[in-house]
Amino acid sequence: MVLDARDITRALTRISHEILERNRGAGDLVLLGIPSRGVPLARRIAERMAAVEGFDVPVGSLDVTMYRDDLRMKPARALLPTQIPAGGIDGKVVVLVDDVLFSGRTIRAALDALNDIGRPKAVRLAVLVDRGHRELPIRADFVGKNLPTSLVERVKVTLTGVDETDAVTIQGVVGS
Amino acid sequence: MSTSYLIKNVAVLGGTPSDLLLQDGVIRDAADAPADAEVIDATGLIALPGLVDLHTHLREPGREDAETVDTGTQAAALGGFTAVFAMANTEPVADTAGVVEQVWRLGREAGHCDVYPIGAVTVGLQGERLAELGAMADSAARVRVFSDDGKCVSDAVLMRRALEYVKAFDGVIAQHAQEPRLTEGAQMNEGELSGRLGLAGWPAVAEEAIIARDVLLAEHVGSRLHVCHVSTAGSVDIVRWAKSKGVDVTAEACPHHLLLTDQLAATYDPIYKVNPPLRSQTDVEALRAGLADGTIDIVATDHAPHPHEDKDCEWAAAAFGMIGLETALSIVQQTMVDAGLLDWAGVAERMSYAPARIGRVAEHGRPIEVGEPANVVLYDPAATRTVDPSESASLSRNTPYRGMELPGRVVATFLRGKATVLDGKLA
Amino acid sequence: MKRHLLSAADLSRDDAELVLTTADEMRSLADRPIKKLPALRGRTVVNLFFEDSTRTRISFEAAAKRLSADVINFSAKGSSLSKGESLKDTALTLEAMGADAVVVRHGSSGAPHLLAHSGWVRSSVVNAGDGTHEHPTQALLDAFTMWKHLGESKPGGLEGRKVAIVGDVLHSRVARSNALLLQTLGAEVTLVAPPTLLPVGIEGWPVETSYDLDSVLPKADAVMMLRVQRERMHGGFFPTAREYSRRYGLDGKRMAMLQDHTIVMHPGPMVRGMEITADVADSDRSVIVEQVTNGVAVRMAVLYLLLGGSEPAVGGEE
Repeated sequence: MVLDARDITRALTRISHEILERNRGAGDLVLLGIPSRGVPLARRIAERMAAVEGFDVPVGSLDVTMYRDDLRMKPARALLPTQIPAGGIDGKVVVLVDDVLFSGRTIRAALDALNDIGRPKAVRLAVLVDRGHRELPIRADFVGKNLPTSLVERVKVTLTGVDETDAVTIQGVVGS
Repeated sequence: MSTSYLIKNVAVLGGTPSDLLLQDGVIRDAADAPADAEVIDATGLIALPGLVDLHTHLREPGREDAETVDTGTQAAALGGFTAVFAMANTEPVADTAGVVEQVWRLGREAGHCDVYPIGAVTVGLQGERLAELGAMADSAARVRVFSDDGKCVSDAVLMRRALEYVKAFDGVIAQHAQEPRLTEGAQMNEGELSGRLGLAGWPAVAEEAIIARDVLLAEHVGSRLHVCHVSTAGSVDIVRWAKSKGVDVTAEACPHHLLLTDQLAATYDPIYKVNPPLRSQTDVEALRAGLADGTIDIVATDHAPHPHEDKDCEWAAAAFGMIGLETALSIVQQTMVDAGLLDWAGVAERMSYAPARIGRVAEHGRPIEVGEPANVVLYDPAATRTVDPSESASLSRNTPYRGMELPGRVVATFLRGKATVLDGKLA
Repeated sequence: MKRHLLSAADLSRDDAELVLTTADEMRSLADRPIKKLPALRGRTVVNLFFEDSTRTRISFEAAAKRLSADVINFSAKGSSLSKGESLKDTALTLEAMGADAVVVRHGSSGAPHLLAHSGWVRSSVVNAGDGTHEHPTQALLDAFTMWKHLGESKPGGLEGRKVAIVGDVLHSRVARSNALLLQTLGAEVTLVAPPTLLPVGIEGWPVETSYDLDSVLPKADAVMMLRVQRERMHGGFFPTAREYSRRYGLDGKRMAMLQDHTIVMHPGPMVRGMEITADVADSDRSVIVEQVTNGVAVRMAVLYLLLGGSEPAVGGEE
């Protein structure tokens, strides 16, 4: 195990502060979690921001299934929920939230999805884990933990709400 | 001098093997076989009298794209038939002496089996007025069987008149029993499946109601009646009841109605589209029982050739009908003989003696005895074959038995002592 | 391996629920400024309509276009079809054009089945209505509409719900598909019609039947009225249009017998005054207009699930 529940809590608290600091407050922020695990992460960040700023930051989800570049390589996948908060994203600072940043393709798909929904003022990326091995020129603005890994390893994130516990583990060989 | 054939060791009607001599068109005592007789070793084969099909569509004149008298009679010979009755729904309709004589002549010229044209009951099959039945009876074709098959003589008065009129020349009306109003746009048997498939139903009662009416009419005016392609259990019951009352009615069943059911329509493959339609398993069993106990007198093929494009389309647009001359005997073997319902003597009665009697032809449907015309079929009941439509002699390929393994094989067919089929192939 | 949607029976319960949840996501697309998703970019969908139907064809066209597919419309009028070209030749032409999916509406029951199994085309076949056989996407959009109102948009939401389908069941492909699909989703279906308009053998279907509309209405959670053509009178299916409406039409008085939550549906087009009166069609209970909107989302879901990946996620076997 690389991160336990308390590590995750601390990381999320730190990320929340960093976002607020860089953005100079919560004013035009919108948090969009990428399903499945990006969504509970986005919610927890929003909760911490509310505690600090006394202000409810709009939270939603952004499903990227339709925009994946490997759509045609597997059988058609079930869609996950896309819920854009009431104020929309035009002119807002959208913070995409995901659990693991790896090749960067998911985020590229998310950027395309956002493009069809509106025109944000800026898009930032917050991830719990950055495991390296980018295949596209994508980088995270806010990182919970940098985790250098080899390609044969698998990074597994579990979060209460979706799974039983909060944990980040690395599994030795793909498939084990 | 034409060839004589000495057939050795053949089981006549499946009985004890003996020898047969076919010479100068008749069956002779094998002891008198000439030295130059062609010898056929028929060990393991049975001999049946040349089969007679009382219900065939040869399509000529008019639909030579589907079949001609020549190709149809080739298929007949390969199926073991030495005589076929050709239905009248050609183009032009066989409702005059001229057309029936044309068909008769075409049959003689082709020479593969005897062709007895059936005359239409009504002009143009329109069901409005009688055709010149007498002229057709007196013609060279000597028509004795009259039918509007394809359509029903539904008008009760017209049917009565037809039944009465043909008594003058010992003719018989062969009715295609289908109440037209109850079967408008009908596509398949009406039942649970037709409702699920969204195909308009052809209810059994549309057949049974006409048969019931016709047997009562025949009784009232004292005529013979023949019922084509009986397909339902209810129809069998009505015919049985009519016979018990002494009505002079005969009935036929087609091989496909002895084997196939309406469940095949679930594929939407129009190869299974036929009129009357394939029915339920209960109906199939009632037909077999009726054929076994003699309620149904004969098997007739209702061989109905159609060109490819008339079957290679959606169900509702497809033509009704299946070919059947080459598979009939095998189907009867499988459904009746191998099932223990009929022996070969029974097959001879239902596929040769009785149809010839109903059609009033003296030269066919004769027993295999010395002095009788040499119309004989040699058949191997132990063989099996897989049905390959491309091997058919018919011009059409619409057989529902494609790819099925069927028992039996026609080895040779003799028409008045001349071989039309030898070693399973056209001679 | 290509799969097809020819009959509502092609969908398992999981398949059907997947279509509903996917359609739910697709529906929200209508609220966005850019009503387009790239999922079927580069795919070609052909609308092969042998029967006139502007409404259904437009619905499929909108669905395909919103998924960025290319759409080719092939309709019976003004094409070689009207000159009697066969289904086979039309199909071969489409195959030559490289269709990925063929949406077919035809007057003959079984025509889509023939297209799917004949080997003439390699594309997925979607049945948009064949004769009096089936109309699976209509059943899906009807189920979706019910699921949103009665099922809280949750999996298993239609379990135990009572649906009454009223009208010319004998000639209705919508009734057939709905009866099958609703039963798959766990709902209880009652078909209501005069005896002449119920098919022989209906005892074998997984439904209840009734000749008495008034006894069925109070228990229903959803009432679906089917179109009844006045011309059926000439086939003797009922004596007059007036007698039909009196015994089987949904009017204001009958509407008052419904429970508060019960919705009224109709696949369209309606024959106002025959099976349904104007006041019912325009009432708050009526979700008829919504059915049309849902049609696009449901058809988007079907097209996406059949064509969006390397192989279909739902549908019947080849």
